[in-house]
Amino acid sequence: MRLFLVAAFAVTLAAGATAAPSIEACTGCHGAGTSQSEGVPSLGGMPAVYVTNQLFMFREGQRKAEPMNALAEPMSDEDLQAYAAAIVALPPPAYEGEPGEPARMARAEAAIGKHRCASCHGRDLGGDKGIPRIAGQREEYLGRTLSAYKTSERAGFDPQMNEVAGELSAAEIADLAYALARRAPGPAKP
Amino acid sequence: MSRNPRFRMRTLVSVAAVLAFAGSAWAKPVPQQKPGDPPVVTNNVDRPETDSDAVLALKSMTMPITATPPDKLPLDKLHLPDGFKLEVYASGLANGRSMQLGDKGTLFVGSRIAGRVYAVTERDGKREVKIVAKGLHRPNGVAFHDGTLYIAEVSKISKMPEIEANLDHPPAPVTVYEDLPKDEAHGWKFIKVGPDGKLYVPVGAPGNSLIPPDTHAQIRRMDLDGKNVEVIARGVRNTVGFDWNPKTRQLWFTDNGRDWISEDLPNDELNVLAEPGKQHFGFPYCHQGNFTDPEYGWGHSCEEFTAPVTLLGAHTASLGMRFSTGAQFPEAYRNGIFIAQHGSWNRTKKSGAQVVFAKLDDSGKVVSVEPFLTGFLENNELIGRPVDVQVAGDGTLLVSDDLNGAIYRVSYDAHAKHASK
Repeated sequence: MRLFLVAAFAVTLAAGATAAPSIEACTGCHGAGTSQSEGVPSLGGMPAVYVTNQLFMFREGQRKAEPMNALAEPMSDEDLQAYAAAIVALPPPAYEGEPGEPARMARAEAAIGKHRCASCHGRDLGGDKGIPRIAGQREEYLGRTLSAYKTSERAGFDPQMNEVAGELSAAEIADLAYALARRAPGPAKP
Repeated sequence: MSRNPRFRMRTLVSVAAVLAFAGSAWAKPVPQQKPGDPPVVTNNVDRPETDSDAVLALKSMTMPITATPPDKLPLDKLHLPDGFKLEVYASGLANGRSMQLGDKGTLFVGSRIAGRVYAVTERDGKREVKIVAKGLHRPNGVAFHDGTLYIAEVSKISKMPEIEANLDHPPAPVTVYEDLPKDEAHGWKFIKVGPDGKLYVPVGAPGNSLIPPDTHAQIRRMDLDGKNVEVIARGVRNTVGFDWNPKTRQLWFTDNGRDWISEDLPNDELNVLAEPGKQHFGFPYCHQGNFTDPEYGWGHSCEEFTAPVTLLGAHTASLGMRFSTGAQFPEAYRNGIFIAQHGSWNRTKKSGAQVVFAKLDDSGKVVSVEPFLTGFLENNELIGRPVDVQVAGDGTLLVSDDLNGAIYRVSYDAHAKHASK
C-alpha cells in the first residue's frame, strides 16, 4: 500500500503537474472530503495553509506519520501548496451517524468554552489560515491528536496546543473528540 | 528620571495603565485554588471569553512555513528613517530566525518549525543559501566561536567544527550539552558565546504563567564543552535575544511578558545583568518592574526583584537585539541597541512587528525607544515578523523575518535622503 502510494506520487510529480495535481493518491485514504479510514483525518474544507504546513512538517520529519513522511519527501514547496490547495477544495466533512448524546455534548461544549477553543479555531471551529478545522473531524483522530499534544509527542507550529492539552484529562479529551466529530462543520474557508 | 520628554511620557503612560488596571482587577473575583489542588501548570483558561468578535480576532499567529518568493516580499511596504535604504539580502530561508555571522562572513540562520539551519554565503557579489543541518528539533539558536558553529535545539546543544570550510559537506552535529528540559513551551533557544568565551543558554518558563521548577526561567552559562554550568540569572520568563554592552561588557537581554492579563499589560522588558548569579528578574511574581502578578504576586513586592532598564510595549514579542556597532550608520546610531519585535498574537489591536532603536546616553541609560524599521503591520494583519538583527561585516544591519523566510539589509546613504519609502 505504502509503496504503491509513493510510486503514484512519484509519477504525478514527474509529470510536473504542480498547477492541478491529481489527488487520487490522497483521496484513496483521506476520502473525498470526508475520511472513511480509521485514524486518517478528513481534509475537505481545511484551511490550505494548515495543510501546506503539515506537508512541510512531514517532509522535514518535524511531524511523524507514515506514509506521509515518505510521500512528502520528494515534494517541492510548490508541490506542497498545489496538493494542499487541491485537497482542501473538497467539501467539508459530513458526519453520518447517530446524533450525540445530549448530556455528553453539553459537557463537551462547556469544555470547549472553558478551554477557549474558539479563540483560535473560530466560532464554528472551522479553522483559519494555519489553524485546522476541528468541527466534523474523525473522533478517534481528534482523541489521538489531543493525547499526542498532551504528551508533546506531537508539536504544532507553536506550542499552544501542547499547553492547552496539558491541562485536559483523559475523560475531557474523550468528550471533546466525541462532540467535535458530531459538530456541524460550517462553511469552507480559504 | 530621563531628560528625554518622549521617554518620560512613555513611563507616565505605563504607570497610569498599571493604576487603571489595578482598579478594574479589584472589581473581579480572584479565582480560588483549593488546598491540595495541583499547581496550575498552564493558564489557557485565563484567555478572555470568546463570545465577542474582538476576542475572536485574537487568532493565533500560525503562519505559512514556506518562504515567500522574492518578488512577493513586502519590501515596498516597509519604512525606515530618511537616508536609510532597505534591500533583500537573502530569501528562501523558510522560517529563518536567529542569526550569527561566522569568521569568514557566512551568515548562519536557525529556524523553529522548519528544523533547519541555513548558511548564506557570498562570492563575487552572488549570495547563495545552503542548508547545513535539517531534521532538527526547533534549532532556533546559532552561535559561533573559533570556527565552530553551535546549534541550540529544544533540549540539546551541539556543534559543527570548521563549518565554514565544509558548507557543502557539513559534518553531523556533535552533542556538547543536553541537560535541558524537553518542554515545547518556550523551549526554543537563542544562544551566543560571550566575551568571556562561554556559551550562554536560556531556559524559558514551561508555560505562560506558572511557578517554574528550579530548572526553568533562567539563563545559564557554561564552557564550550558543556561543563561548569552556572545559573547566572533567574526570574527570566523567556529571553530570545541578548548581547553584551561593548563598553561595560554586561549582558543585556530582552524578556517576553506573560499573556492574558490585559491588552496593555505587562510590557516586554529590556534587562541588564550586573551581578551574574545574584539577580532575579521577577517572573512570575513581578512584571515590568512595577506590577505584581494578579495570581502569583500576592505576598511579594516588586522591590524584591531587579527591574528592567526600559519597557518595550505589551505583547510586542521583543526578541533579537544587538548593540549598534556598525560603522556604516550615522553617529546618532552609534550608542544604542536595535531590537526586533516579532509582533503580538494576543492583542486585539496588534503591536510590535518592527525593529526599534533604544538610544543610550553616555552613562549607559536608555533615553528613548524609537521605531526604526516599520510597516510589517497592515490592516491589523502581520505581513512580516522580525525575529533577529545582526550587524554585518560591512557595518550594515541585517534583519530576519520568519514569516517570509527572508533576510533584509539596512544601509545608510547620506545622499539618498528619501531612498526608502
